[in-house]
Amino acid sequence: MDDLERSSAIRVTDLIVGFGRQVVLNELCLEVRRGEILGLVGASGGGKSVLMRTIIGLIPRRSGTIEVMGIPLGRADERATQDVATRWGILFQQGALFSSLTVKQNVQFPLRENLQMSPGLMDEIAIAKLEMVGLRAEDGDKFPAELSGGMTKRAALARALALDPAIVFLDEPTSGLDPISAGDFDALIKTLQQTLGLTVFMVTHDLASLNTVCDRVAALADGKIVAIGPMSDLLRSEHPWVKAYFHGKRSQMLQPKVS
Amino acid sequence: MASHPGLTAEPTENALELRPSGSWVSRYVTELETLTGSANAKLGHATVVRLDLGAVSEIDTVGAWLIEKLGRRAAAGGSRVEATGVAESYGGLVEEVRQVNRREITPAPQPNPLVAKLSELGRSTLAAAQDITIFLDMLAALAFALGRTLRRPRSLRVTSLVYQMYRIGWQAIPIVVLITFLIGAIIAQQGIFHFRRFGAESYVVDMVGILVLRELGVLIVAIMVAGRSGSAYTAEIGSMKMREEIDALVTMGLDPVEVLILPRIVALVLTLPILAFIGSMAALYGGGLVAQLYGGMGPPIFIARLHEAISVTHFEVGMLKAPFMALVIGIVACSEGLRVKGSAESLGQQTTTSVVKSIFLVIVLDGLFAVFFASIGM
Repeated sequence: MDDLERSSAIRVTDLIVGFGRQVVLNELCLEVRRGEILGLVGASGGGKSVLMRTIIGLIPRRSGTIEVMGIPLGRADERATQDVATRWGILFQQGALFSSLTVKQNVQFPLRENLQMSPGLMDEIAIAKLEMVGLRAEDGDKFPAELSGGMTKRAALARALALDPAIVFLDEPTSGLDPISAGDFDALIKTLQQTLGLTVFMVTHDLASLNTVCDRVAALADGKIVAIGPMSDLLRSEHPWVKAYFHGKRSQMLQPKVS
Repeated sequence: MASHPGLTAEPTENALELRPSGSWVSRYVTELETLTGSANAKLGHATVVRLDLGAVSEIDTVGAWLIEKLGRRAAAGGSRVEATGVAESYGGLVEEVRQVNRREITPAPQPNPLVAKLSELGRSTLAAAQDITIFLDMLAALAFALGRTLRRPRSLRVTSLVYQMYRIGWQAIPIVVLITFLIGAIIAQQGIFHFRRFGAESYVVDMVGILVLRELGVLIVAIMVAGRSGSAYTAEIGSMKMREEIDALVTMGLDPVEVLILPRIVALVLTLPILAFIGSMAALYGGGLVAQLYGGMGPPIFIARLHEAISVTHFEVGMLKAPFMALVIGIVACSEGLRVKGSAESLGQQTTTSVVKSIFLVIVLDGLFAVFFASIGM
């Protein structure tokens, strides 16, 4: 692996995704560097989730290439693709915890499927993960239906982190949380990213998250990435949609004026 | 970068040097467990245990935890633990793992097996009693909703009612006709085959006529409807409950019984007799066809015999039962739907319960009706 390859965790080139006649992503290019937190913003229904779901292989693409950790997806043989799947963790918007398993069993599920581990160690690792995301060991015996919104997100994050992935995809991690919990969750993501050396791909609308945790922000409009860079660059962007997004009334209320 | 993990343990004077090396990651978890297991045995009573992580090339939570556990084991054995050589790239992880699994979790005490069995028995008895309450509750709620609707007929949800009748009635006709036709044919064939020995073939018409009109027609159709539509009702209402749609209705000041359950049950009560009628006719037709093909009894004779054998009473007995069976199926299906809790498993469980319970109750009801009609001489 040369340095260039090492530095990018995800590389998307000329991606086209559409449903029927509608083209959602049109020749989209995006690069996520290793070890960074990238925030993706875009209009509701503008294809943010589609982009994320295409990268993780849930939506078929019409053309274009997607490379994750230097491995092209779809083209590579089955084994390589499977291998990549154990190196990413996904936090779905609603958590997507298996409702018939307890929280601990949910976290253990990827471990059980992919590794041969003694039951005792598996318990300890599951509890370790739960404690890392700020849950208590006792919460492990609860069922997903018994958890609050914030706890569900944390439990889902613990499951996403179960196999110590290199990349974590977060789909609106702070939506539906109160500002305090959302702030805590942001801090948690930042801490975990630093301790575990994660690359984080985050779809979000939360301007506070974008400001505080994201190293770079990418703006998706008209099926393309129209601006990418640190938050300060995006605030200076001249693209009309990006301007409207960051300088709209709601954003003005939150941010100090940028000269 | 990736290399198999190793762990060397060198006892020096009073001290034990533990040197993990290579990849301490979850891929090699089996090897790691063996390595730490054998190192555990060597811990003994060294006063100092030195952990040198300098040779570790990569590490993840599993590896970090196993090393941490080794350290804790040594500390618990009375040794002083010194960790050195922690690379900066994974220092955070090692530090983080040091904080976890600190609290003792006391396992829930195992109850006495006899007490457990007894409490299980008690709980299921209570649950059975509760089932009756839930059934009566739903019946009462339904009666109230019906009363309200009758006072204000405009509030009846006609669209929903017609749609439900279409779904559970019209769409069910082909399968109902097919199955009852086959059953009528099978009964006639068996009757002819066995009655032939006594030269009493013509009585097969009596048997098919009475059996189908009084019992089988309505019973088979009711069981099919319980399996086909009762399960659908439970699943629909259950998933609405799971996605808080029922709560949404309540907060809008609407009564879910009136909006969702009444149209469904009324549709069932109106359609089941029609389906039972169609089913009975199909069964008689099947019987007649077999009588002609297998027993050599032409349609005119079959119809003439049928005329003598059955009376309107037999038909009435069958038809009278249908709406009551529909009511039971509907109430069981809807109340089981409302008992669905958050998980997908619970939805499946409640749907199964609904079908099993409604089929059971339909058969029990049929038995009660048999006793009742016998005692009033119908």
